[in-house]
Amino acid sequence: MGLFDKFKRGLTKTVKILNTDVRDLFKSEGRLIDDEFLDEMRAILFKTDMGFVSAEEIVAEVAKNFRGRVVQLEDVVRTWKAKLGELMRQDASPIRFAASGPTVIMVCGVNGAGKTTSIAKLAAMFKSEGKSVLLGAGDTFRAAAVEQLTIWSQRLGTEIVTGDPGAHPASVAYRAVEQAVAKQIDVCIVDTAGRLQTQKNLMAELTKIQTSIRKLVPEAPHEVLLVLDATTGQNGVSQAANFTQSVDCTGIVLAKLDGTAKGGVVVAIRQQVGLPVKYVGVGEKAEDLALFQPEEFVDALFADIEAKAPGAAG
Amino acid sequence: MFEALQDGLSGAFKTLRGQGKLSESNMRDGLKLVERSLLEADVSFPVVRDFMKRITDESVGEAVLKSLNPSQQVVGVVYQALIDFMGPVDHSLHLKGKNELTVLMMCGLQGSGKTTTSGKLGRLLKAAGRSPLMVACDLQRPAAIDQLHIIGEQLDVPVFSDRTQKDPVAVTKAAQAHAKKIGADVLILDTAGRLHVDEALMEELKRVDRQAMPDQVLLVIDSMTGQDAVNSAKAFNDALELDGVILTKLDGDARGGAALSVKHVTGVPIKFIGVGEHLDALEEFHPDRMAGRILGQGDILTLVEKA
Ligand SMILES: Nc1nc2c(ncn2[C@@H]2O[C@H](COP(=O)(O)OP(=O)(O)OP(=O)(O)O)[C@@H](O)[C@H]2O)c(=O)[nH]1
Ligand SMILES: Nc1nc2c(ncn2[C@@H]2O[C@H](COP(=O)(O)OP(=O)(O)OP(=O)(O)O)[C@@H](O)[C@H]2O)c(=O)[nH]1
Ligand SMILES: [Mg+2]
Ligand SMILES: [Mg+2]
Repeated sequence: MGLFDKFKRGLTKTVKILNTDVRDLFKSEGRLIDDEFLDEMRAILFKTDMGFVSAEEIVAEVAKNFRGRVVQLEDVVRTWKAKLGELMRQDASPIRFAASGPTVIMVCGVNGAGKTTSIAKLAAMFKSEGKSVLLGAGDTFRAAAVEQLTIWSQRLGTEIVTGDPGAHPASVAYRAVEQAVAKQIDVCIVDTAGRLQTQKNLMAELTKIQTSIRKLVPEAPHEVLLVLDATTGQNGVSQAANFTQSVDCTGIVLAKLDGTAKGGVVVAIRQQVGLPVKYVGVGEKAEDLALFQPEEFVDALFADIEAKAPGAAG
Repeated sequence: MFEALQDGLSGAFKTLRGQGKLSESNMRDGLKLVERSLLEADVSFPVVRDFMKRITDESVGEAVLKSLNPSQQVVGVVYQALIDFMGPVDHSLHLKGKNELTVLMMCGLQGSGKTTTSGKLGRLLKAAGRSPLMVACDLQRPAAIDQLHIIGEQLDVPVFSDRTQKDPVAVTKAAQAHAKKIGADVLILDTAGRLHVDEALMEELKRVDRQAMPDQVLLVIDSMTGQDAVNSAKAFNDALELDGVILTKLDGDARGGAALSVKHVTGVPIKFIGVGEHLDALEEFHPDRMAGRILGQGDILTLVEKA
């Protein structure tokens, strides 16, 4: 299965929900764009979790272009898509590899978001590219977190560095990077314990982990990925804002996009915090990872409507 | 920036408070802000619509329009309606007598907090003089069995598992026999996380349900969940007939609108809230506190006190 297919698989549920609703807006071939119409549209957009500001912006754009006119579905959707595409536009944003020595990737996020599983997926991806991978078991807190990552390392055939029980996560991260350098490993991925962004001391701990990695490799971590659960609502904005304050986040991995949640909060995050989405998680297996592509994200959301709209081109 | 979310409603109250006398139209402006605030707190859209209909009917009534303090009356209406929507409370786990086996089954999406909450309930039951047995029915997630065993050791609560099994139904069956043998009186089944649209895994859960005949099926929901909360809660309720909901990770800054959504679409009471990773971080659910939180803590309570 191609990456885009996987990504789309995760989005089909979104598209289904969105499309049914959208088609309700267009009982006949055309419809007058009035307050009632705009309100229905607002409801549909809001259900994606994109947030108030983003949804209102799109509504405003449609109102500006079409208010008082009787229009065809495709015209509105085009405006809608253009606006979303504009919001989500970003440079292609895969992993930035180190010029020399190991590429260090630190992974963080709130509890249960999908960090450890995403690390396994990233490791599998690097392995398939022929790179050697070392995992650092930086979650020394949660019950069986080390065991969980160890099982993944065995399944994937990667190296792993674990700490003694109760070891400081910063020291585990340090030792992982140290070994990656010594063993000339290509990619070192450091797991961290889940933490809520409001927990000051745990957020400070995260900063410490980053600092200790830098003691060995000043330009590391080359990537700091924030893992976000796609079912997350507006709290995702708070997560992105606060994690970027504690560590130098380079992008988001949007996990669990294989459910019916739309992951629309990344639109709000993009708008309010500016953090790009790098990858999406679409399942619990190691291969369930896809590169995030903004155009496809937006296209996939509206692909069906366009295909079914009367007189739609292509 | 998300202070803006919190400010939404206090803004609405200011608008309402600022009017010497309220008309239906400026009342509506205030109510729009209430609506916005609920949406920003992640209350699901259809639920917001139902809720607004109810408070609009109540608050645009004669009494409010004629009262000297219409804004405070509206505040009271909103606050009370939130409490009503999330109530009534039922914290009980409806345990049977100690000579019978009570079965609790945890279910929910991946990572919502089922395993941790199983431990928290185990701790609670043990403290209440019960003999709980936790059962590792998650045969999917790497190290899920280890996780439950470690939690069991921390609490000194026994854990039943079978690492050779692939079928959670068989594990459940064996656990029921084991409970008899060791004299446990409450079984806590920790099931694997699953998506509500995963038909195979939902079917598996139904099979565990049929085997265990649980007295309480508890849905564990992450309080950070957005608009999708209604879809997953409804699907789990349709498949299993839930008896209670436990809302986790409320120690953060999530406003927890999912509480309102889930209660409204399932009618199932919220029993407990998770307020931390530690195994003692479980509290009874209080609709009034949750109402204050959804509305952006503080504002509403102080305004209500003044009213
Ligand atoms: N359906 C689905 N499940 C996922 C995905 N990513 C992770 N999960 C599941 O989500 C649950 C939590 O994943 P973890 O990787 O342990 O999450 P974490 O962020 O490391 O959790 P903590 O370390 O406890 O904070 C597990 O059951 C995973 O199998 C995904 O893309 N899709
Ligand atoms: N801050 C906080 N963290 C919590 C709470 N409840 C659970 N967690 C954390 O959330 C993460 C996931 O919890 P688990 O108990 O493993 O979740 P689960 O539902 O069993 O996950 P799966 O079995 O993978 O579906 C862990 O890091 C827990 O420590 C809570 O109330 N507050
Ligand atoms: Mg983890
Ligand atoms: Mg679990």
